[in-house]
Amino acid sequence: MKREDDFEVRREKLKDLSNEELKERFWELANKVVEPMVDMAKEYTSPSIERSVLLRMGFNSLQAKAIVNKCLELNILGKGVGHIVLRMAKEENISYKEAGEKIASGELIDKVKEIFKIKV
Amino acid sequence: MGEIKNKNNRKQYSLKSDEKIDVLKILKDLDKYKPRRKGWTWRKKLPKGTKIGQFIYGQVSEDLKNSQPLPAAHYFGNIDPQPDCIITSEIASGRFEDDIRRFRMAAYHGADHIMVIRTAGQSHFDGLIEGTPEGVGGVPITRKQVRASRKALDLIEDEVGRPINFHSYVSGVAGPEIAVLFNEEGVNGAHQDPQYNILYRGINMYRSFVDAAEAKKIMADAKMLQIDGAHNANATAKQAWKVMPELLVQHSINCAFSIKAGMPKNLIALSTVPPTSAPAPCIKIDLPYAVALRDFFEDFIFRAQMNTRYMESCTREVTVSHTLNSLISRLTSAHLQSTITPDEGRNVPWHYNSIHGVNTAKQTLIALDSIKELVEIKNEGILKEKVREIKERAILFLEEILKVGGYFEAVEQGFFVDSGCYPERANDGIIRYKDGGVAAGTIIKRDKDYFAPVCCHFGYNNLSLAQEITGKRVNNKVCDLIDGCTLCVHEKISYIDELDEVDNVNIRLSKSEEYRTENRIKPEVQWAGDGVIVLAMFLPVDERTSHFASLEIARKFGLKETEVVHKQIMHPAEGTYVEVKGMVPFSIDLEEIEMPEIIPNLEPEYIESIVREKDLKVVAATVGEDEHSVGMREIIDIKHGGIEKFGFKCYYLGTSVSIDKVIDAAIEVDAKIILISTIITHGEIHRINIRRLNQLAVEKGIRDKVILIAGGTQIKDQMAKEEGLDAGFGRGTKGIDVASFIIRKLIKDK
Repeated sequence: MKREDDFEVRREKLKDLSNEELKERFWELANKVVEPMVDMAKEYTSPSIERSVLLRMGFNSLQAKAIVNKCLELNILGKGVGHIVLRMAKEENISYKEAGEKIASGELIDKVKEIFKIKV
Repeated sequence: MGEIKNKNNRKQYSLKSDEKIDVLKILKDLDKYKPRRKGWTWRKKLPKGTKIGQFIYGQVSEDLKNSQPLPAAHYFGNIDPQPDCIITSEIASGRFEDDIRRFRMAAYHGADHIMVIRTAGQSHFDGLIEGTPEGVGGVPITRKQVRASRKALDLIEDEVGRPINFHSYVSGVAGPEIAVLFNEEGVNGAHQDPQYNILYRGINMYRSFVDAAEAKKIMADAKMLQIDGAHNANATAKQAWKVMPELLVQHSINCAFSIKAGMPKNLIALSTVPPTSAPAPCIKIDLPYAVALRDFFEDFIFRAQMNTRYMESCTREVTVSHTLNSLISRLTSAHLQSTITPDEGRNVPWHYNSIHGVNTAKQTLIALDSIKELVEIKNEGILKEKVREIKERAILFLEEILKVGGYFEAVEQGFFVDSGCYPERANDGIIRYKDGGVAAGTIIKRDKDYFAPVCCHFGYNNLSLAQEITGKRVNNKVCDLIDGCTLCVHEKISYIDELDEVDNVNIRLSKSEEYRTENRIKPEVQWAGDGVIVLAMFLPVDERTSHFASLEIARKFGLKETEVVHKQIMHPAEGTYVEVKGMVPFSIDLEEIEMPEIIPNLEPEYIESIVREKDLKVVAATVGEDEHSVGMREIIDIKHGGIEKFGFKCYYLGTSVSIDKVIDAAIEVDAKIILISTIITHGEIHRINIRRLNQLAVEKGIRDKVILIAGGTQIKDQMAKEEGLDAGFGRGTKGIDVASFIIRKLIKDK
């Protein structure tokens, strides 16, 4: 869109505000703009977030990538990859590091499908 | 190598200022390295009124333990006052093993924020990179490179005696992972701004914001300083000075979002650049903008960056622009003064230009110490009007974002980086689509049973289910569920060393080994043994001809891979100034270099005893038609540490004295020593005067009774001797150098 500078017209409603009021207005608007993005960030996750969870659990980046890719293939990333790893560790009675490695290698995939009731 | 013992009585590597840093020692036991701290550190400010040398300062911080002062410092007792704000150096050679050496040089000049630029393309790499591959325009940020760099900085901060902040980028499609890596490895600051991802890296907007919240929470946990990306708008927009209202909007979006993601205001820095440059009346434009920004964002941190938009290849022009940028910082405020190297308009920054950049900031900030106590920013007239106007335009911008349905819609409609001064629109903004861009369609809605058993996770997290599955309770931290996450228990980090057998630091180091460990050297600008030098020349031809003529000259010098890096018309017909870079095809063996032996000065007490015993008299003058007196006064005056303090009786005849008069005076007072100073060199007049001094002394029959010495900025010892004198002293000579020579000469002759 091309538009001439109509600042003088648009500023009419602002011109009587004090500097403090102007600042308040600025921050009120900025906070309103970011609200939907913050809500979205609370409700969604991403492959990078999930890999970062695995890193924090002590997996290396190669393992993290493999585990997340497997979970993406199964369409279960919405459970949280940390959840999947811990759940499989409990089901198999092994450490979560072992469970993660076995998900990465594909060894536990059928079991994952069974536990998380994935219909193929 | 210097070694200190740690508490286990094991020898630890430490740096000594006369020894090179050893990259191999940095790489040793890297898998076991743990950063000594997390989080950002500010300089320790000294109180207003602090005296350093002979001067009183109002805006300085603690001195460094070891440092290189500004070139003129030797006139001021070698003081090296450090400004109160952090100084940043951006380093980007693509090889971390060479960057490490530049970290050290920059820190030694006063930089305490080392910003490592990432290799081109890393923002689109979906995951972490490992090992030490070489980068382009920066290093690939990997755990090994980050760890080695932080470890080197630990040693460097011990050398200079000040904490150094290490900084890189949490952007791209792997933001949360990079943030974890940085938190774990003690990286102290990072750029993080989802708008940067969207506008300049073409990454999907939903993904950028979802990832950003997680990354910011992880950064906040480590108390890392965040720098936003708003300044890229004025590095990109066609008319950078017109995007000022938008810059306020971009800053506000990242600031407001960061706070909601858990960052405190004092860790959120606005990256702000004075938008324009001369020949525009830039201060008139840049100052109101800086004031408006600081009014609206007063509780936040200000990272003042230097302008890159209008940089060309003239390093002088750039230095002036950057000096003016730092003037804006001092007239308003800056917590961090970033630096841009003066050669960034021509090539990837070179070693010495990084240092020039740091020194431009240090010199300007110190020069402007307490400026606000001398001048005041007006709150009336055009300044007040412009400040108000920028603020109102920014508010109107935010209002229209909401009116069109929010940020994402505004981006789709090309609101951002439009070169109209909002509400004017030029219709040349950057447009991105909600369902487009890199990694589009990759965000996933969290299910009700979603959880993540780690610290610093943003948003929905079903911890009651997590407790049920693990049978563990979340007492203090979420990671109680897994007996600690890597952010809390460093030992849990899984370290990868190298993945590529060819592209790694060991192979590169083996190639440059002779230039690191043996006595061979090559000139270098960024990498050990790169061999690059620059030839500077004036050619009496037009610009186009000068280009090809300079390349031919460089070729005849034997340089390889030559390139013209700068051309400047002095006059369309009379000539052009040209700088050509090229690689020297040889190296130098240091064993073969002939260096004159350093003769140490005599003890002052000994000099004085001889002078008093012999009652030595000196006749001194600036000779010829030459009015320079400063150099000679420094050599003789007692208050400048000159030779008078050893008891020499000095007869200073003044300036523009004839050689005849000098010789006559020496005969009259029976002086054993004649000192002449000659600065002017036109028509070899200095040489002629020196020759004349010797000739006349011979003619008058006193040559064997006097010591003849010449001094001046262009005087060389060898040249003075060629003309029959006993010695010549050049730039930087002190009284004791001359006195030691005189005494040695007298004792020897006797």
